[in-house]
Amino acid sequence: MSNIDITSIRNQFPILHQEVNGKPLVYFDNAATTQKPKSVIDALVKYYSTDNANIHRAAHTLAARSTDMFEDTRKTIQTFINAKEAEECIFTKGVTESINLVAQTWGRTFLQAGDEVIITTMEHHSNIVPWQMICEEKGVILKVIPINEAGELLMDEYDKMLSSKTKMIACVWVSNALGTINPVKEIIQKAHAVGAKVLLDGAQACSHLAVDVQDLDCDFLAVSSHKLYGPTGVGVLYGKRELLEAMPPYQGGGEMIKEVSFEKTTYNEIPYKFEAGTPNIGDVIAFKYALDFVNEIGKENIATHENALLKHCMEELEQINKSVETYNYTSLQEQPITLIGTAKQKVSVQSFVINGMHHFDAGMMLDAKGIAVRTGHHCTQPLMNRLGLDGTIRASFSVYNTLEEIDVFLEAVKKLVVLTAKHTK
Amino acid sequence: MKNITDIQNEIIDNFELFDGDMESILFYLMDLGKKLPAMPEAHKTEDFIVKGCQSKVWVYPSFVDGKVIFEADSNTEITKGLVSLLVQVWSNQTPDEILNSELFFIEKIGMSRMIGSQRSNGFSSMIKQIKMYALAYKAAGH
Repeated sequence: MSNIDITSIRNQFPILHQEVNGKPLVYFDNAATTQKPKSVIDALVKYYSTDNANIHRAAHTLAARSTDMFEDTRKTIQTFINAKEAEECIFTKGVTESINLVAQTWGRTFLQAGDEVIITTMEHHSNIVPWQMICEEKGVILKVIPINEAGELLMDEYDKMLSSKTKMIACVWVSNALGTINPVKEIIQKAHAVGAKVLLDGAQACSHLAVDVQDLDCDFLAVSSHKLYGPTGVGVLYGKRELLEAMPPYQGGGEMIKEVSFEKTTYNEIPYKFEAGTPNIGDVIAFKYALDFVNEIGKENIATHENALLKHCMEELEQINKSVETYNYTSLQEQPITLIGTAKQKVSVQSFVINGMHHFDAGMMLDAKGIAVRTGHHCTQPLMNRLGLDGTIRASFSVYNTLEEIDVFLEAVKKLVVLTAKHTK
Repeated sequence: MKNITDIQNEIIDNFELFDGDMESILFYLMDLGKKLPAMPEAHKTEDFIVKGCQSKVWVYPSFVDGKVIFEADSNTEITKGLVSLLVQVWSNQTPDEILNSELFFIEKIGMSRMIGSQRSNGFSSMIKQIKMYALAYKAAGH
């Protein structure tokens, strides 16, 4: 199947080896957050046990050590996303803060009344609300690229929206709710052709796909550590140097200044201009170990493994629909399962609904079997409205998941379908 | 009519049979929900939705012969089972009995483990709503 040793990978994740409700844990909520390998956990313990100090200014040894490790993560993420310079990588709290930073600084400086910002139907709320806020403030028009039933962007519609009024395309690279991989390279080329900038929400993409910001030529990329096997509370905003330099600071405070007097303050260089206050040092340092973990396995190997998991899951869910007689659910009015998100290009995320059963009930029944999935609107209410749903069951797979776990999950889903059929009789 | 304490003890006894097995408990809750008398669609209005629940929950009160009668429904089966427990305990009791009662069955059947803190908030909203109705009937001089 792939070149990875799944047992040794699973052994690096202490949390996976436990029972939930008396059953071995099956963790399929990776699109919400991934679990952390022992190297990340150990790095946090080590940092607070031996290295803790505030970074960048003090003259003592611990501070030097902390600073070096902190900046080492910056170099690692630079390589990870292939940024030209480490200074183009700003540490934030996560994707949400990264997007807000761009909306509030770049947006406030460069957007004017009558300009247009384009997002997509499948955005997470974190890539909708920050733009709505700045658009409302500035009198900017927010446009939305529609999707087809499979959950793919209608690129013709995108083409029609682009004009000299377009200033920003803020677009999710991989949909958290559907798994769709959007054609971001094409989106970026077309945006640049009309002089617009592009921000990519990379929350889901960065753990599944190879990232090369220079090749993509994106202007901004937002990354979250916790969806990438790293700690919560850390993220990255990548931005092209000339853009970051032209943007005003986001927050005022320590670290972001060059000189302060009561009359006038001058600001520090990037990236520090955008890193006011003591950052989340420990978690940033531990994030490096998460990136190392991914690099060691290799994105290609991860993708091969995850795609095999997705393929098996999708095929077997479809199989349930074809086995109405076998499972004795002939009483059902419609096919038992509807897959939500069937784009040709997808990562290992599968949303679906069990027709006749509310997704909350399904989520609790699966939890009773030790299976963790996400149920609800996945912070994509406009997308759910477009699809005519109030929520889905979402199973999302990671490098440490196995085909055996998917079979356990599928057996549980079959039982829920049988239960639904019994109830509708 | 059984009193509120007796009804709660019965619920606790019934849940003990499952010995903490979550799947059986959820099945049982779903069955309890199904046994709830059907709530007329006309009563499922915005006014009778319990606010603060993740799923939709309606509780509709009426006052008959000095007692408060509750109808309830939900769009999810497990929640419907949960609210049916409250109906079981509190429907057909006087406003005073409802207002003076302590709900001890919730803790005893391990509800928090069952529904987690997010849903606990929703469950607290249902309890608050029911007590509010009882208080309103009492204040109206019934």
